[in-house]
Amino acid sequence: MALDTVTNAAATPDFELPFEQLGLKADEYEKIKGILGRRPTGSELAMYSVMWSEHCSYKSSKVHLKQFGEKAPKSDALLVGIGENAGVVDIGQGYAVTFKAESHNHPSFVEPYQGAATGVGGIVRDILTMGARPIAVMDPLRFGKADAPDTKRVLPGIVAGIGGYGNCLGLPNIGGEIVFDETYAGNPLVNALCVGVMRHEDIKLAQAHGAGNLVVLFGAKTGGDGIGGASILASETFNTSKPTKRPAVQVGDPFAEKVLIECSLEIFAEDLVVGIQDLGAAGISCATSELASAGTGGMEVQLEKVPLRDPSLSPEEILMSESQERMCAIIEPSKLARFMAICKKWDVTATVIGEVTSGDRLHITFNGELIVDVPPRTVAHDGPVLTRPMARPDYLDALKPVALDPIESPEAIKAAVLKLMAAPNIADKSWVTKQYDRYVQGNSILAQPEDSGMIRIDEQTHLGIAISTDANARWSYVDPYNGVKLALLESCRNIATSGAKPLAITNCLNFGSPEDPGVMWTFAETVRGLADICLEMGLPVTGGNVSFYNQTGKVAILPTPVVGVLGVIQDVRTRTSMSSDQSGLELFQLGNTDDNFSGSEWAHLHGQMGDHAPTPDIDHETRLVKVLLEGQQYFAAAHDISNGGFAATISEMVLKSGVGATIELPAEYIPGGVTAGLFAETPGRVVLAVKSSDVDALQKLADAHSIPMHWVGKTGGDALVINGATIPLTELRTAFTETFPKLFG
Amino acid sequence: MRVGVVTFPGTLDDRDAARAVEYAGAEPVSLWHGSDDLKHVDAVVLPGGFSYGDYLRCGAISAKAPIMKSIIIAAEHGFPVLGICNGFQVLAEAHLLPGALTRNADMHFLCTDQILKIENNTTAWTNGFSVGQEIVIPMKNAEGNFNCDDATLHELESEGRVIARYVGVNPNGSRDAIAGITNKRGNVVGLMPHPEHAIDLLTGPSKDGLTFFTSVLNAMVK
Repeated sequence: MALDTVTNAAATPDFELPFEQLGLKADEYEKIKGILGRRPTGSELAMYSVMWSEHCSYKSSKVHLKQFGEKAPKSDALLVGIGENAGVVDIGQGYAVTFKAESHNHPSFVEPYQGAATGVGGIVRDILTMGARPIAVMDPLRFGKADAPDTKRVLPGIVAGIGGYGNCLGLPNIGGEIVFDETYAGNPLVNALCVGVMRHEDIKLAQAHGAGNLVVLFGAKTGGDGIGGASILASETFNTSKPTKRPAVQVGDPFAEKVLIECSLEIFAEDLVVGIQDLGAAGISCATSELASAGTGGMEVQLEKVPLRDPSLSPEEILMSESQERMCAIIEPSKLARFMAICKKWDVTATVIGEVTSGDRLHITFNGELIVDVPPRTVAHDGPVLTRPMARPDYLDALKPVALDPIESPEAIKAAVLKLMAAPNIADKSWVTKQYDRYVQGNSILAQPEDSGMIRIDEQTHLGIAISTDANARWSYVDPYNGVKLALLESCRNIATSGAKPLAITNCLNFGSPEDPGVMWTFAETVRGLADICLEMGLPVTGGNVSFYNQTGKVAILPTPVVGVLGVIQDVRTRTSMSSDQSGLELFQLGNTDDNFSGSEWAHLHGQMGDHAPTPDIDHETRLVKVLLEGQQYFAAAHDISNGGFAATISEMVLKSGVGATIELPAEYIPGGVTAGLFAETPGRVVLAVKSSDVDALQKLADAHSIPMHWVGKTGGDALVINGATIPLTELRTAFTETFPKLFG
Repeated sequence: MRVGVVTFPGTLDDRDAARAVEYAGAEPVSLWHGSDDLKHVDAVVLPGGFSYGDYLRCGAISAKAPIMKSIIIAAEHGFPVLGICNGFQVLAEAHLLPGALTRNADMHFLCTDQILKIENNTTAWTNGFSVGQEIVIPMKNAEGNFNCDDATLHELESEGRVIARYVGVNPNGSRDAIAGITNKRGNVVGLMPHPEHAIDLLTGPSKDGLTFFTSVLNAMVK
């Protein structure tokens, strides 16, 4: 077809464009015609289709997400809030930290290695775009049943992709999660979090200001990969009857990204850009329209100047391509020569493709012909807003309480603990994490399997940050409002257990199809719960990501709101590890245990879900965090109790240190007896290892904050002994470490 | 004492290596791959990373960099050179050291706290250790499987040029569990694991790695 110019579009109003193939609905197409006063050109349609896709426009979630603004707690820490590429938080001493998580779920199912790799690449560019040096990554992952054939296909590829890309960028991978549940079969979740650091004065924004300033594209050349990735892949439920969508997955080049990072940081250091935006979902369509929309004027772009890997690409394809490792900068003409010199030093291709204008339109020409003439805001920010129907799903009324036989005899305790520790959700994850570099940059203070990942920010002052990501999808399934609150509380507890103070949060909300009223209801409840608890805890939401359509046919994934909490630690030398190799330490449990097994791994192992999530006790958790932060000098080790209950926590501690422990759980004080004491996942609990000489001081501190403190045992020996059940560490270690190699080679 | 740390495109552990040099008490000097200027340094570290993305072969493109021309000439005159991980791969590709680093036997990238046994304490970079000493330093690579022909292996072993070996399970299939080797003169050392990540207990599994950097200061004083 000849070039579809604006003139041509105006002259041929009845020409039918394939808007449905690009993922647009009929009413959305009509709205575009209304905005333009004519039919769109093919290029304009390409832009609107990707920018109005669910992935880019948040059209189904917007009406709910605005609660994060309405309920935002007062915070001095937030320097840049929701809406930019990533939020920015003040951590003191002039440092600003930016962090964000994004999903790359669908591409990772289609092409595990490249999907996961480019997920890392995309989030790292978001962080870089804020002006920050990326300093660490984390990856919360979800898979179908561990022994399912498709899990064996996707897991090794996803892990290798995350490692292959992140390792090559020189970013330590310091944490994350790996959870298996059959609802993720066909919909694995690959969430990638990145954190970066900069000085306050170095924050950059995605804005195109100043008529006459130049629009410069730099980084990799544009190819045919990832065309329509956002609209086609991320915004539509998979349907096995359609042809494979592999061409919509981008292909990553981590070396190009590493060079782009160093090149960009050098450019930032010399203050050479007015505004900057990375090219991710929706590529040039997104970068140009967002930069122009956030700026004061219009923009003119000569699309034929875009350097191409594949010269046969049409203008529509150039606009939609999601080729990786590209950035778009707005530069004053006087600084262009210096900008180009730095790009040349790093062998990075850089091309002036247009300029900022004093008008209010985004004009894109191709070889002199006008092919796009739009108000940029209508593309970038005025996408459709949907109020989807919602209905409390029926399954909630069919939930049954957990019914399990109690565990009493030493033989039964031993067998149960070994079974739990070998379960894929609890078992040792080092088969995965040893494929990630956790040492690079030399500032990793704590990394997986510790409660949080911790990075030193300043070598002189010892200032550091901690990050933890958490989600308990089964609690979100039985109670979406409280489930996400519990995830946030757990994340805060993880941060404080390591010795850092929670400061701000981000989130990555993974759900099924928004066209299902039940899914939409659980999503709305989740957002309401998260906004409420952030207000109650005084924690600002710095940004987030929504991933819908994680659904195969009628089966949606468990609602999986991943919460990431950022904490600050004034002196990383005071951090607390999850284990200590000293014998003779006294072991305590902070917090009480109850007998609710709903959503627990123990119930899951017996094929049960349960019927109610624990009630979040914000007051208790807040006081617990205070004890954890004020008591750091007394802790030889501290480890949060969560997935797998006390049994998993104490097993992880003794296996990490190689020093055993003798445990006496006082069954009579625990509702549900020893079974609950070992396997219930009651929130608000932490296990501490303390020197005898520090016990009195710790007891005073716990009393002062009204936190129950229970003596549960002592470290020493080469076995874990629980109420008379002796489990040699060698046996426990075998159970714990064999699962992943057996499953994945 | 000035110790140069080379940055190639895709080098990752250059700042870590510079920190280790500083911890050892020397002045780190940043060297750029595209220049042949050694800036009057007394020794050089080629740090780890994925220079040129490991494309073609690990280290193959970097071995042809202008800075390497100067390093090769200096090394032939006894100038101390330490290649860590990707740096070792560069030294092999530049033929300052024999053999090649190939894909790990299990095909996976492996990051682990590795026990090594020191076999030779006469080199510029290992003189602070004792022979037989066991140390723990991080290892992280996908292509650390040391290979060479039988004659080369015999030469390395008979001349005592294996400087460190893996203890326990051979992590990557290297011949004779070789973790590091030196040249005939003992001034050029290649090591797959990363001593720059083991310089304090806050960020590493031990402080054992620091001795590689203090050793070269000893060598220069002598």
